[in-house]
Amino acid sequence: MNTQTVSASAARAYKSDVKPVWCPGCGDFTVLSAITKAFAELGLPPEQVAVVSGIGCSSRIPAYLNTYGFHGVHGRATALATGLKLARPDLTVVVASGDGDGFSIGGNHFLHACRRNVDLTYIVMDNRVYGMTKGQPSPTTEPDWDNALTPGGTGLRAFNPLVIALASGANFIARGFSGDPVGTARLIVEAIETPGFSFVEVLSPCVTFRPDQRDWRNAVRPAPVQPTGDIGAAARRLMTDDGFNLGVLYVGSRTPYQTHRTAAPVSPSEIEQQFAV
Amino acid sequence: MSEDSAEFGNVSIALTGSGGAGVITAGAMLLDAAARAGCYGMFVRSSGPQIRGGEAAALIRLSMQPVEAQDDVFHLLVGLDWHNIERFAVELPLAANSLVIADPANGPPPEVIIETGARIVEVPLKDMAKAVPNGRPNMVALGLIAGLTGLPEETLQAALAKVLEGKGEKALQASLAAALAGLATSAGLEFDRRLPAATGHEKSRWQISGNQAAGLGAIRGGVRFVAAYPITPATEILEWLAAGLAKVGGALVQAEDELASINMIIGASYGGTPALTATSGPGLALMTESIGLAVASEVPIVVIDVMRGGPSTGIPTKSEQSDLNIALFGLHGDAPHIVVAPASIGDCVFTANWAVHLAESLQVPALVLSDQFLGQSRAIIDQPADLAFATQRLTVETVGDGYRRYALAAGGVSPMAIPGTPGGQYTAEGLEHTPRGMPSSQVTDHVAQLDKRRDKILGFDYGDHWAQITEDVDSDLAIITWGSTAGPVREALNRLRAGGRTFRLIVPRLLAPASPQRMAAALRGVKRALVIEQSHSAQFFHYLRGYFDLPCPADSYHRPGPLPFRPGELVEQIANWSAA
Repeated sequence: MNTQTVSASAARAYKSDVKPVWCPGCGDFTVLSAITKAFAELGLPPEQVAVVSGIGCSSRIPAYLNTYGFHGVHGRATALATGLKLARPDLTVVVASGDGDGFSIGGNHFLHACRRNVDLTYIVMDNRVYGMTKGQPSPTTEPDWDNALTPGGTGLRAFNPLVIALASGANFIARGFSGDPVGTARLIVEAIETPGFSFVEVLSPCVTFRPDQRDWRNAVRPAPVQPTGDIGAAARRLMTDDGFNLGVLYVGSRTPYQTHRTAAPVSPSEIEQQFAV
Repeated sequence: MSEDSAEFGNVSIALTGSGGAGVITAGAMLLDAAARAGCYGMFVRSSGPQIRGGEAAALIRLSMQPVEAQDDVFHLLVGLDWHNIERFAVELPLAANSLVIADPANGPPPEVIIETGARIVEVPLKDMAKAVPNGRPNMVALGLIAGLTGLPEETLQAALAKVLEGKGEKALQASLAAALAGLATSAGLEFDRRLPAATGHEKSRWQISGNQAAGLGAIRGGVRFVAAYPITPATEILEWLAAGLAKVGGALVQAEDELASINMIIGASYGGTPALTATSGPGLALMTESIGLAVASEVPIVVIDVMRGGPSTGIPTKSEQSDLNIALFGLHGDAPHIVVAPASIGDCVFTANWAVHLAESLQVPALVLSDQFLGQSRAIIDQPADLAFATQRLTVETVGDGYRRYALAAGGVSPMAIPGTPGGQYTAEGLEHTPRGMPSSQVTDHVAQLDKRRDKILGFDYGDHWAQITEDVDSDLAIITWGSTAGPVREALNRLRAGGRTFRLIVPRLLAPASPQRMAAALRGVKRALVIEQSHSAQFFHYLRGYFDLPCPADSYHRPGPLPFRPGELVEQIANWSAA
């Protein structure tokens, strides 16, 4: 079964009955659909999936799903998900985030989640703006984007999350577009299936505070290259791309980090013996 | 003011040297030998903030009675060298009848030592070490101390063999030869603090630090996941748990910072595994936002704060009880949670275990306030009782339609669905929420959930564990203290009792929720109370006054670290207070 043939009802079964708070036209609606399509294609039992998020528009996603979820604090979703996955390796753990949550307040955790390479799928809906607080620049915002908090723009170079992910050790790196829910679902399926830390940036326009992003549909294109496992080639590709190439851009072969549990645990009273005089 | 007596069997020893001179190793060996000889004891490491190359001292007190405090003076000071001794001479009080062993190779002893009037005897420690192939002065000093204090040679041999296990036979023999040279020299020295031969004891004993004890209590309580970031003076909890958890089927993860470690344990606990982190004040400050998340989302976690001098980086290697306010009041919003404090090294086992029990039973964060003195001191204690709590998180096995994670159940604790449970899917929420867990800003939901989170904590039966109420329970004068200060207070009260003055001692373990009724009952018949704590701003005193509505007049004796409370200081304070 592939994403095209998964029935709409199978995907819908992963949705809750809660109505999203998003603005009409928000890209996150179709990312939500892509996530449910991916779960349906993989045939994951909803109770075996946990979706963890931080704070922001995109981080509202867990409540809209019929899986287990955790809507935590701003910026720490990858850390919370890491603890969950290490304690419960049997679960499929997906992290949903935005560019502010993931790359600004959560920047350090992003680096270390990539480096640690726990078997998580990290979906960042990037709209280059803080939407929930009504339009401030994020780490991926263009330097000259005018706004009330930094009039005239930040003057700061935008952060390139895919390059950072590659340099930090992420094992799977892809870019999707919310206007292409089928393609995005396909990327999420591959991300979940690939062991280790999988990073999927999804360009997801904010029609309210970044109406200019409606033009993204004309800018995006399938990446004119095949996925690579060559980290040098991937680095060159990601450093030189314009941010609109879609698809799987890097797939590595790093072994995921796990906390190995002994098969023969002893009782606490046995380890106490070390203190006996 | 020292009122103890030599015939009681009690000696305090300081071994000083620059970092790397091996005073800490020698101190560990001395404590081990004393344990084998049937003594009680406590070993405190004193060092500056630098990791190596600074000043260091091994402070050891040995006694035939349990030891919970440093004594008023050191009876024996052995200086391997006098490097930076001025910086911490104030930690090494000497009396005129103290014996100071000085190595002539280091030149004359510094003025701060001479001016104490202590008896100074020269012993060529370095030369004696040189006479032994691969011998080291710290081992000569160890043998000398063992001889002066009356520890049998075989206990010294056994201690060396244990501490040097894995270093090879050659290293062991060199150390032993140096120690025996020191032991032989002791015979020619006068010292009136020899310990009597032990007559054997009924209870089995442990040699353990408070940090190890807290780790053990956590494992006993069922903790099987720990995420943490290194910080002095909590790191030993983590290092011990890394090995301990691996044996009992758990795991420890080193996080990138405290923000990550607290969220990792929330994630693990949400997944059904009892989880813990340990830190100190600066780390606790970083964690407080997410502790609020655990309150709101009702995820059980345990956070151990091994307190040190603050604020900011403060004095990382010295003890202080000044994180009480942040533990009680540091969370944003109205966020009921548990705060408990162990009152001795042995009690770290119980209190950490109890904290896990409370967190899991109530689905709340439980903070454990230990401190550097408890955490990094190693003591010989009677084996702590294993009070097994039947800890059971209230969960759901099978779920029908319409599972409500935050249902307004009687008592406030609502059954938790663990991921993997079919039909139990819900979103753990940091936003205020409905009983189903859906975000809500409605007044009814907010009030209902605030009440739920408060009532489950207030309605719980904490039993007699809430405090230790000891000494002279009929006295109408009460001392109230908490945490590591309880040790020197108990010793001070013992001395006062010998002089015919008796006091009731109340040491609350349960600091939050405040339990004014229990405190009022404990103070029944008391005319006056004195609150003793190691905090510059009297945090505990003000907490008691503000939240416990004390039924009697109360006074405060408080001061900050870094110097530890000594019994003599407290005897004087308590005597003056009670006479007023």
